[in-house]
Amino acid sequence: MDVQTVRKDFPILNQRVNGEPLVYFDNAATSQTPLPVLDAVRNYYLTENANVHRGVHTLAERATEHYERVRQKVACFINAETAEDIIFTRSTTESLNVIARGFGDQVVEAGDEIVVTAMEHHSNLVPWQELAMRTGAKLKFIELDAKQKLSLESAAEQITPRTKIVAATAASNVLGTVTPICQLAKLAHQVQAFMVVDAAQLVGHQPVDVQKWGADFIAFSGHKMLAPTGIGVLYGRNDVLQMMRPVQFGGEMIEDVTRTKTTFKRSPLGFEAGTPNISGVVGLGAAIDYLKQIGFSAIAQHEQELVDYLLPRLCGVTGVTLYGPQNEHTGVFAFNISGLHPHDVATGLDMEGVAVRAGHHCAQPLMQTLGVNATVRASVAFYNTIDECQRFLDALVAVREFFQNGIN
Amino acid sequence: MGLTKLGFLYKTLVLEHAKQPHHYALHLPEGSHQKTLHNPTCGDTVNVAVQIQNGHLQKVCFNGQGCTISQAAASMMTDELTGRSVDEAQQLIQAFLDLCMGKEISPTMQRKLGDAAVMGTVAEFPARIKCATLSWHAVQEILMQNDC
Repeated sequence: MDVQTVRKDFPILNQRVNGEPLVYFDNAATSQTPLPVLDAVRNYYLTENANVHRGVHTLAERATEHYERVRQKVACFINAETAEDIIFTRSTTESLNVIARGFGDQVVEAGDEIVVTAMEHHSNLVPWQELAMRTGAKLKFIELDAKQKLSLESAAEQITPRTKIVAATAASNVLGTVTPICQLAKLAHQVQAFMVVDAAQLVGHQPVDVQKWGADFIAFSGHKMLAPTGIGVLYGRNDVLQMMRPVQFGGEMIEDVTRTKTTFKRSPLGFEAGTPNISGVVGLGAAIDYLKQIGFSAIAQHEQELVDYLLPRLCGVTGVTLYGPQNEHTGVFAFNISGLHPHDVATGLDMEGVAVRAGHHCAQPLMQTLGVNATVRASVAFYNTIDECQRFLDALVAVREFFQNGIN
Repeated sequence: MGLTKLGFLYKTLVLEHAKQPHHYALHLPEGSHQKTLHNPTCGDTVNVAVQIQNGHLQKVCFNGQGCTISQAAASMMTDELTGRSVDEAQQLIQAFLDLCMGKEISPTMQRKLGDAAVMGTVAEFPARIKCATLSWHAVQEILMQNDC
């Protein structure tokens, strides 16, 4: 993979921000969208736009065929058994809410346990909190170990015969760690619990194999894997989807409606009420093609080079505390500079053209575990360069000096 | 160099207020009107207390964690609102909020805002406006809720 060639597909990266060349290091929040994806969405509106699963005319046929082709593509992308296991939603958050409402309410009863991890994004925590409150179930947490990696020892303690659902992120959006999902799924299945995986932070970086994971459900968003915003995926294995009830009702999802009673379609359409985000689905399909064309091994190799460059140098900046393991990391680096508030650091970096996130990263309980209110977070993708890593590090030192000594 | 613009926001006065905030009270006075507001994007919290006597803000103090901008803006607020009548305080708060949103305010209001007027540059940093206005909103809510 030649990164300079790849960057030609991402014109947004080639601009100045506050007079400096942009360094986009906020990829964990949202990825940038390459030209082939934008072209696919545009072509869809130029040549195919119609509502799906309704019309009998040619355009409607074309749109429906494209929509369903992408469903098949997503199934292959995550190694689902069939395309019927793929439900399109608007986001990871919506997918997880649907699982908690539509499935959780069916299987969780008072006295049961729902087990999550200490590092969950609010989207994989709050729906379970709400489910626990609705049902009288108990919400439990798998803790981190001394290295701030997920403790499998704690997992083995927390997952008990009363556990009905285990929900975990596949990769932390703060700690830069990858979760041992296979082991968690095994522990869950030993007690007949269901395994729900939030794959949002992993999909654009590593291949996902739901069968290898042993996941019953997974959720992810298109916009973290080069697709447009507003398109998400809910995967559920066929047998568990049959236990799930729709949570939204109305157009498209029905089989037959009378004044008093309605029967619903089976998965996936029974879970896709209303006109879906068709152009988003088209974009998602193009994003999968693009990722495949570059290849996950090339993506992983380049991202590893960036991590190998950044990790020791970032830790070496005076005053920096890096969260998560110190010797291995994904492309996500949450850190603080001693004595400086992360918002001030992020504004300083922005003035130097470097886009990072500052805040609690929608993981307030994790912030509480780490003993901070907020952190700065830099996150890289395969289209970033070593040169950008160095510019980020230089900007960081300049910002620290600005706040410590004032401007000269 | 990008950091020149940073100096435009983080003026010496702002840095000084943030370093040693005025009327920062670890324990807010009992019997005062209090309000806690959160900045949901960063998890910062500000607790503000106001003592009102004879229609005047006798004492304004705060505590909480926050960035340079939020701490400085709160510190300046306590200086500028203490001793004001409730009406005057409400007008000043509105003027400050307008200023932070990049709206023009009258030279009189500008003068009355004292140190706090320098926070007007935050208007050029839209992501940080909330940091500057959080504590001012807290006092505004106190004054409105208590129908002072």
